[in-house]
Amino acid sequence: MSARFRLRPRPLSPHLLIYRLTITMAMSIVHRLTGVVLYLGSLFFAWWIVAVSAGQKSYAVFDLFAASLPGKTIIFGFVWALIHHMLGGIRHLIWDGGLWINLPEARGIAWVTLIGSVTLALTAWIAGAFIRTLIQ
Amino acid sequence: MVQLTLPKNSRIVEGKHYPASRSANRVRRILVYRYDPDSSENPRIDRYDIDLDSCGPMVLDALIAIKNEIDQTLTFRRSCREGVCGSCAMNIDGSNTLACTKSIFDIKGDIKIYPLPHLEVVKDLVPDLTHFYAQYAEIKPWLDTETPRPEGEWKQSREDRAKLDGLYECILCACCSTSCPSYWWNSDRYLGPAALIQAYRWLADSRDEATGGRLDDLEDPFRLYRCHTIMNCAQACPKGLNPAKAIAKIKSMMLERQI
Repeated sequence: MSARFRLRPRPLSPHLLIYRLTITMAMSIVHRLTGVVLYLGSLFFAWWIVAVSAGQKSYAVFDLFAASLPGKTIIFGFVWALIHHMLGGIRHLIWDGGLWINLPEARGIAWVTLIGSVTLALTAWIAGAFIRTLIQ
Repeated sequence: MVQLTLPKNSRIVEGKHYPASRSANRVRRILVYRYDPDSSENPRIDRYDIDLDSCGPMVLDALIAIKNEIDQTLTFRRSCREGVCGSCAMNIDGSNTLACTKSIFDIKGDIKIYPLPHLEVVKDLVPDLTHFYAQYAEIKPWLDTETPRPEGEWKQSREDRAKLDGLYECILCACCSTSCPSYWWNSDRYLGPAALIQAYRWLADSRDEATGGRLDDLEDPFRLYRCHTIMNCAQACPKGLNPAKAIAKIKSMMLERQI
């Protein structure tokens, strides 16, 4: 099977697109994605801080956007990504310590990061709304 | 590097359809990846309709039935037909496993069969495992000692022997390594789950005296640390082993010797 006798390169067997998604694989991908989201989301926060320091007028522009549906979506997405990435980090710490790395538990805590992050993000959102009604 | 699509020469086209005979009672469709190195065509998916009444219960039985009765050009590796040799490792129904221990009845719908993922294909379901075996050789899979050879065998307590359970059973079928996205993107430098569970098998062996050197060889951002605990390896292993756990233990050993 020497390369000298090969007339054309061998094909590469299919991979990602034919592989059945596992929960641990999905959470690994989401961990990467949320990492990117946090990076981009920090730009949004930079805008917020700059707007605060630049005075009332510029803050009003930020406030208008933040109160709009796209603005709320970005903030909720950021909150969720932050919590998910944090829970993912804790999960990796646990696994690196050699705990819960046997299959049923490993799949279990992968599900916990997903369900936990959605639950905590919603809780934070509801709590925020509740506090706001108290202040007003 | 991460690469979502296949190179041009690897894109899959539609292949031939082989209908079942009219007398067939329980027909099941099997989709098989085909690649003929002697033609200039791209890989294709052939569709075979087989009669389960005249076929054994395992996916390997179906492949053998196709080769014997429908299409003799179909090429695949097989030997022991009982999950010991690891030859018939392939991607079945979206996961890597052994065709001989995978039941047809555990699969819903059409049965899709591909070669092990992200490898060069020699022919049909036969991938090139040269690099995989070279990586196994790289971890020095033998007892490395400095003390003089004892008169009889190298002795080990029952407790120490038990530490090798869950490691020594590996049959090097390559299901785990080729299920690992990290290995897909970086197999040139990342050793992959199969080589690493073997590396740990020798690190965990009470008789081995080369632990320090073995760890030195693995201390590398790619060779060991490309494992991101995606856990596909453990879910693919047909012997129920857990390479991810072995890798976590190697990482702990690295940490312990630094403290």
